[in-house]
Amino acid sequence: MIPYIIRRLIAAAALLVLVSIFTFSIFYLVPRWAGATPETLATRYVGRTATAETVALTAERLGFNDPFYQQYGNWAKTVVLGGEFDMGAQKVECSAPCLGYSFITRQAVGPELLDRAPVTFSLAIGASIIWVVTGVSIGVLSALRRGSVFDRGAMIFALAGVSMPIFWTGLMGLTFFAYKWPIFVPGGTYTPFTENPLEWAHALLLPWMTLSLLFSAQYARLTRAGMLETMNEDYVRTARAKGLRENRVVFKHGLRGALTPIVTIFGLDFGLLIGGAVLTEKVFSLNGLGKYAIDGITNNDLPKVLGVTLLAAFFVVVCNLIVDLLYAVVDPRVRTQ
Amino acid sequence: MSLTSEREHPVGGARSSAFLDVRDLRVHFPTDDGLVKSVDGLSFGVDRGRTLGIVGESGSGKSVTSMSVMGLHKRGTANISGEILLDGANLIEASAEDVRRMRGKRMAMIFQDPLSAMHPYYTVGNQIIEAYRIHNDVSKKKARAHAVEMLDRVGIPEPHRRVDAYPHQYSGGMRQRAMIAMALSCDPDLLIADEPTTALDVTVQAQILDLIRDLQREFNSAVVIITHDLGVVAELADDILVMYAGRGMEYGTAEQIFNEPEHPYTWGLLGSMPRLDRDRSERLLPIKGTPPSLINAPPGCPFHPRCAFEANTGGLAQTERPDLVASGTGRGHNVACHMAPVQRRQIWRDEIKPML
Amino acid sequence: MRNTRWRVLAALGTVAALTLSACGGGSSDGDGDGGGASAKANAAVSGVFNPSDKKGGTIKFANSGDWDTLDPGETYYGYSWNFARLYGRSLLMFKAAPGDASNELVPDLAEDLGKPTDGGQTWTYKLRQGVKFEDGTEVTAKDVAYAVARSIDKETFPNGPAYFDAMLDWPADYKGPYKSKGVDFSSAIETPDDSTIVFHLKQPFAGFDYLAQLTQTMPVPEAKDKGAEYRNSVVSSGPYKFQDLQPGKSFKLVRNDQWDQSTDPNRKALPDQYDVSLNVNADDLDNQILSGSIDVDIAGTGAQPAALARVLNDPALKAKTDNPTIARLWYTSINPTVKPFDNIHCRLAVMYGMDRTSYQTAYGGPVAGGELATTILPPQIPGYEKFDLYETPDNKGDLDKAKQELEECGQPNGFKTSMSFRTERPKEKATAEAFQQQLAKIGIEVTPKGYPQGDYFAAYAGNPPFVVKNDLGLVANGWGADWNDGFGFLSQIVDSRVIRETGGSSNTSVRIPEVDQMLDEAQVELDQGKREADWAAIDRRVMEEAVIYPGVFAKSVLLRSDNLTNVFVNNSYGMYDYMEMGVK
Repeated sequence: MIPYIIRRLIAAAALLVLVSIFTFSIFYLVPRWAGATPETLATRYVGRTATAETVALTAERLGFNDPFYQQYGNWAKTVVLGGEFDMGAQKVECSAPCLGYSFITRQAVGPELLDRAPVTFSLAIGASIIWVVTGVSIGVLSALRRGSVFDRGAMIFALAGVSMPIFWTGLMGLTFFAYKWPIFVPGGTYTPFTENPLEWAHALLLPWMTLSLLFSAQYARLTRAGMLETMNEDYVRTARAKGLRENRVVFKHGLRGALTPIVTIFGLDFGLLIGGAVLTEKVFSLNGLGKYAIDGITNNDLPKVLGVTLLAAFFVVVCNLIVDLLYAVVDPRVRTQ
Repeated sequence: MSLTSEREHPVGGARSSAFLDVRDLRVHFPTDDGLVKSVDGLSFGVDRGRTLGIVGESGSGKSVTSMSVMGLHKRGTANISGEILLDGANLIEASAEDVRRMRGKRMAMIFQDPLSAMHPYYTVGNQIIEAYRIHNDVSKKKARAHAVEMLDRVGIPEPHRRVDAYPHQYSGGMRQRAMIAMALSCDPDLLIADEPTTALDVTVQAQILDLIRDLQREFNSAVVIITHDLGVVAELADDILVMYAGRGMEYGTAEQIFNEPEHPYTWGLLGSMPRLDRDRSERLLPIKGTPPSLINAPPGCPFHPRCAFEANTGGLAQTERPDLVASGTGRGHNVACHMAPVQRRQIWRDEIKPML
Repeated sequence: MRNTRWRVLAALGTVAALTLSACGGGSSDGDGDGGGASAKANAAVSGVFNPSDKKGGTIKFANSGDWDTLDPGETYYGYSWNFARLYGRSLLMFKAAPGDASNELVPDLAEDLGKPTDGGQTWTYKLRQGVKFEDGTEVTAKDVAYAVARSIDKETFPNGPAYFDAMLDWPADYKGPYKSKGVDFSSAIETPDDSTIVFHLKQPFAGFDYLAQLTQTMPVPEAKDKGAEYRNSVVSSGPYKFQDLQPGKSFKLVRNDQWDQSTDPNRKALPDQYDVSLNVNADDLDNQILSGSIDVDIAGTGAQPAALARVLNDPALKAKTDNPTIARLWYTSINPTVKPFDNIHCRLAVMYGMDRTSYQTAYGGPVAGGELATTILPPQIPGYEKFDLYETPDNKGDLDKAKQELEECGQPNGFKTSMSFRTERPKEKATAEAFQQQLAKIGIEVTPKGYPQGDYFAAYAGNPPFVVKNDLGLVANGWGADWNDGFGFLSQIVDSRVIRETGGSSNTSVRIPEVDQMLDEAQVELDQGKREADWAAIDRRVMEEAVIYPGVFAKSVLLRSDNLTNVFVNNSYGMYDYMEMGVK
């Protein structure tokens, strides 16, 4: 088990390096293929009435004149060893791992990521608990009452949940449940968990519910399909033949068998959510990683984008690893390999 | 369709109640294609300490019968009528909860494929313990000790280690033994074995059958063995019921069925049975034709389209359904055939037996 | 909705009283649709809505994006300049009053307007006494000089306005106080004593007072300067100071106890606290203003389309809006470098042929989009003269005249050309399509081509070789002045010398040597009346060349929360005045 984990972690590190090179290349190569020069690239980061001199200075400061490997090399070096950045009046030191400073806001990317990560985590964890519980419950009930009114209703709900765009459900949710009837809080409110857990939860309830609406629909379908399959398995018949109560048959035997695909998908979903809850964060004005990424992308702010991409990739890899390990826990047949 | 008077019970003469007494069981499944009559008027009985073998092709209704006894058909999917009496209690009229309580405790079942019949994610010990604790209020430790003991009883080596192994870590034969251990963990009075050796090697088959017989003697349980393999029932059964199209065709002791079979279908089964003591060059004698549709069973005798001797019934086989009635030997041998018993015996003696 | 009958009456009465007493009566900014249903709508456009002197309360601002920077030396957005007056005092400021009154410059940190000498090549200001930073130290002329000097370091502050950098007589190779540490720059800025500051320009410039109101003259204490990081710890010289600044998220302003009202005749400083949230979802922001949990959308560009539809159709909500016209022109450049537009008659074909009302529709109609424009200068610019050199019936275009012009330029059957627009701006796309549809009627086939906003001027529409190569005869364009003055509005869009072959200028089509000369003359004309007339003349001369097709003067629909007092639109910023607002 331990050598397996170590191998996976090494592979993960290699993957992160590849991701960073790839992201860097996109930023470097694509505009140049379109004919951009260091100067035209630099004009994005200067004011309206900037002179040619300012543009040239900016191009030099941001390293656009250097060849690709040098730009990447400098960045990689700063990540590993840290570096010094010139703020004009003074130089600031950025200790490893240093993800650089935003081209636009001149803020250090690393601390900003650390600052925003808890928000995204709060959103992801709360929402995932809600969607797993509701999705699986609805799926189980649907499977047991297959063809009934409940089943059909649940599947329609599943379709609706997947089809309704988050920016609509989110804004509607806020309009009705935060402004018209002040049950929840307005967008943009966030209290850290460490400050006040109750308020933290209260502020996140609406985003959690909106986000899980999307996912619980998928999980309901997934669970329903899995349950329909496992409830027809021989071992369920055996369980009944032993005289077990139906509850126990359904949950201990049926659901347990249907869990494997759910666990796998959940790992993927959760990992992706860390870097990608963009729409929800934007709609509710939550300052998380997704929003940070969007800001970086729309402003062509390479350090921000690199930072978020790496962090997101890291979490996807970690979640995948955890899922693979969990797989062995869930299904003993896998362990003997 | 008379039920009682001409029918003799294999055990003792007149109508008396066996430990498991099935009377005129009908199990019909309403489907979109029509009403599937899987079991259509079946009666038999098993006493404690005795083994009944139910023999028939696939689709003859054997498994449906055993599932009905155990009450494992999903509510609303089957129309069940008739009587199933277990030690006097009518299971068909009992509540689902009452039947559930009896499952595992008074009646247990083992299935054909032990790999798929046991949950792959729980240890064998866990599953046996579960079976035991449902019906017995004991501590986990005691239940575990009991599980180890059961595994030992069924002949699994190193049971204190194997109890924590998973089903996929057992070999085929061991798995079936474990399944038997699970079924017998609560000391049930009735054991139904549905094709228990079909998925196993021939060499392992014999061991499992031996085990079942030993355990029956030890627990004095009634055993019903369901199989399509006559060789299995030859080994194990005291009495044999031959089923076809959801009905009993012939019912008697093992000797009667093997030495003096009187139903053309039984003859066909015996003829199509591969035997080790015959030359391999001799061809098997398959029964002509295919099993009938259970939605639209043939009128009259369900076997008549395939029966070589149908002409002997003077057209009766085509119109009237034969009852499973005493064959006249007075020893509880029942046959469902329109041919005269004398004629049947004569055909057996002169035409069929020499061929086998 | 809340019942506010009594408030309506009170407001009506106040508005009536104020409108009578307001000087100048305000320019003809849209008056709403008149009538009793929207009695409160546009109440803040030409007068003060809910005037008040009551101090106290917390006012809630929200920005749908991030501030460009809070550093007064580098910030370059109108809303930021508007807001910066709360934590900084520049030498001069625009008068905080509704209507045309806000075109007037009044002294803030200085005692009086600048005194020009040497024909406008030297400007002297005297500072008020007793103005203190938030830490208690007194503000001196050196702090102002330092502030301006640091702002010209374009490596550290590439985003800010470059006027001081371009116009003051800096020493050769002077790179600002960080890179040229200790170097004497008195050739550009002199501080003979603690309360006098003298600016020396390379060329005479009559409009220097307008530069003196830039936030770059807000004093910065050298000892506390942190270069590019100063934005996170700005030292206030105004009535409020920063508290709890979380970059990218939020900040608060609380009262600066070192601010002395007796040194500041310009500011009311009503609220006790300002709460500013950043990066709030734009649609949610509008909803929050309407429900009262946020008071002001700081970007000041108006409601989003979703809220707009709701607000304009509901009289109760419409009463909470103001619909000012702002000093911004949406126009289309007609490039003479692209054939056949090198012939003026082909350009005139477009001037006569295009339907201006469809331009207005593309931008959102007469209320939310803009006012029809026939000049380059918007009405807010002093010196503005209304004229239309290419009149067409109802501004819908004159196809016959257009066809005539086509004949004269030798293209009787029309020709093909392309029009560029910024892909992130649906209104520009709609404009390009409007041109395409209308000009097709006279045989001119226009192909719309979208380019990314970020380097629209650097790499595409503002890059002369690219324009010629890609046949961009028409370029969707727009301009808002840095300040409401002819120079501020015109210099970057009609001066041929700002055009660079390497790209980057908003001026893609105006290359008129006579205009360049007129600009130079106007810049040194010290007589205000004459100068203002010069701008109008330049406007007319450029229009004669038919290289710019004016579309609309932008209008916005601003949302006002119910909590606000003392609300009015400050024309110099084109949005609510943030310095003078209060809360109930």
